[in-house]
Amino acid sequence: MVDLSVNIGNLKLKNPVLTASGTFGYGEEYADFVDLNRLGGFIVKGTTLNHREGNPYPRMVETPSGMLNAVGLQNKGVDYFINEIYPRIKDVDSQVIVNVSGACIEDYVQVCEKLAPLEKIEAVEINISCPNVKQGGMAFGTTCAGAESVTKAIREAYGKTMIVKLSPNVTDITEIARAVETAGADAVSLTNTFLGMAINVDTQRPYLSTITGGLSGACIRPIAVRMVWQVANAVKIPVVGLGGIMNGRDAVEFMLAGATAVQVGTANFVDPAVTVKIVDYIEDYMKRHGIESAKDLIGAMKK
Amino acid sequence: MLKYIFCSFVITLYINQSMKKYISDFIVKTNERLHANYCLLKLKPQEGKLPEILPGQFCQVEIKNSKNTFLRRPISVNYVDYDNDLLWLLVRKAGEGTSALMDIKEGDILNLVYPMGNGFSVPADKGKRLLLIGGGVGVAPLLYFGEVLKKAGVEVNFLLGARSKNDLLELDEFYKRGNVYLSTEDGSEGEKGFVTTHSVLKEKWDSISCCGPMPMMKAVAKYAVENGVDCEVSLENVMACGVGACLCCVEDTADHGNVCVCKEGPVFNINRLKW
Ligand SMILES: Cc1cc2nc3c(=O)[nH]c(=O)nc-3n(C[C@H](O)[C@H](O)[C@H](O)COP(=O)(O)OP(=O)(O)OC[C@H]3O[C@@H](n4cnc5c(N)ncnc54)[C@H](O)[C@@H]3O)c2cc1C
Ligand SMILES: Cc1cc2nc3c(=O)[nH]c(=O)nc-3n(C[C@H](O)[C@H](O)[C@H](O)COP(=O)(O)O)c2cc1C
Ligand code: FES
Repeated sequence: MVDLSVNIGNLKLKNPVLTASGTFGYGEEYADFVDLNRLGGFIVKGTTLNHREGNPYPRMVETPSGMLNAVGLQNKGVDYFINEIYPRIKDVDSQVIVNVSGACIEDYVQVCEKLAPLEKIEAVEINISCPNVKQGGMAFGTTCAGAESVTKAIREAYGKTMIVKLSPNVTDITEIARAVETAGADAVSLTNTFLGMAINVDTQRPYLSTITGGLSGACIRPIAVRMVWQVANAVKIPVVGLGGIMNGRDAVEFMLAGATAVQVGTANFVDPAVTVKIVDYIEDYMKRHGIESAKDLIGAMKK
Repeated sequence: MLKYIFCSFVITLYINQSMKKYISDFIVKTNERLHANYCLLKLKPQEGKLPEILPGQFCQVEIKNSKNTFLRRPISVNYVDYDNDLLWLLVRKAGEGTSALMDIKEGDILNLVYPMGNGFSVPADKGKRLLLIGGGVGVAPLLYFGEVLKKAGVEVNFLLGARSKNDLLELDEFYKRGNVYLSTEDGSEGEKGFVTTHSVLKEKWDSISCCGPMPMMKAVAKYAVENGVDCEVSLENVMACGVGACLCCVEDTADHGNVCVCKEGPVFNINRLKW
């Protein structure tokens, strides 16, 4: 028997496999394909204080080994989540983490305060890195001062586990990681999508209504792995790794680079059952390599 | 009105609760080229039997032999042959993914996530006059819909339009299930012009179900509004997940703002759309 469990701060995960926000809905959408209880946890859609319509269609285009999206945080607001969604998913036997976004610091704080009393929600993931909203979003994630101020404000208001999701669209991601660590984050997750763009040369128009969008999928993986490795070496708090994980091998790669847990995003669109396959792969990998605890995989890359 | 709300409530519950989705491997039994740019695939589940599928629902098709694409492609259910356990897909070559799908060989395995989305409404009143309008490859879901209507005892009328004779697909199959009216832009078959200029539209219709290119569906919707005909259209917004999780495929509606075409659609009553 191998021990797949890992901890992110006080948050206990039965295995290191989480789903990435915005790609797995509220979990329910995938319940026909995966036993949600088998996941380490799932991170629900980006949630804001008020209802958001998101960006106009078209919001997606496939690119080589990846996709650009410009959803723009469409969601019905935190109260809707608490009243309508939470009662339906609260009994799942894996962690449910809410991804939180805001246009200003006060928004973030209020959303976290509203989520704090929910027993099942033991952690939030703070999205300071969304490239698809004009106000706030990535703006907080691209300067140390911005990242620090939003983290600090939430820390004062929210006592449970706080994971801060970092933007890769910066010159030195380790600086931002250190800033949020100092400001009280329990963990960081990286990466969010990379700012990208694609033009349809037949029509000479951009594919996305917003012209630019967030790039995800296998094409970003080597950059994300590099960033996870750099950040894991720069901070003491746990790092959650993501970006282009398509299968179990990719997940192990992130752990070897220093990730305590991983998130699976775009891969769910290709194989809606991929997450449980990744759990199985990690277990099998550990057996084959004589590794007893998943914790021993974290940062185990040989030099 | 109350009755209508109650009915749609029951239908919604029914769809949400009973339409389980599957990830299944299918064996390609036949791949028939229909002219240069279309093919008809007949697929058999590798294990078990086909579940209940509603007309208008679609499949998310994994295309492994496509070098430069990785996302699944949404393809409508063209026909369900329950007697032989065959699922038909009618495919038009649009880009890399669909080209690769056209090259698939008999005996190959195709992985589908299905059945996705809602379906066309089957009228409760058998006396209603229904016109099913299809354009180009948009005729695909209408064949199975026609079959379901015929079995339900409803008179089926198809108005099928295309650029030219060669783009009119599966005509023999449509003739088996109802009255067929044809139009081509170049006049090579049926009436010359667009579906919306076809003389059959001068008749009185109770409702229209339509699938085809966007300009055609908009023209049909305009006709329906002007003539007080109830009308449903099947949208083809670009999709990623197909299960209502990513919010990439949204259509702006009058009642609920942006909604997922993959989950709440692809079939919409035009009075919900902001066209
Ligand atoms: C619910 C639904 C049902 C469908 N049913 C069928 C069917 O039964 N048979 C069939 O042949 N096709 C059907 N389609 C369309 C089919 O999914 C697309 O043609 C296919 O995804 C194109 O993939 P590709 O890789 O060949 O082309 P790509 O290289 O992805 O695209 C080729 C060109 O078509 C454009 N394009 C791609 N997808 C769409 C889209 N969804 N809407 C508008 N433009 C697009 C692209 O911008 C590009 O210019 C359906 C689509 C939907 C959403
Ligand atoms: C359609 C889509 C929607 C997303 N929405 C969110 C979101 O609401 N909040 C967030 O923090 N990240 C969001 N992301 C980013 C993902 O969570 C993830 O960081 C990114 O896709 C990289 O991982 P991947 O390559 O495995 O998909 C979204 C990504 C996609 C593709
Ligand atoms: S394609 Fe993902 S929500 Fe419709």
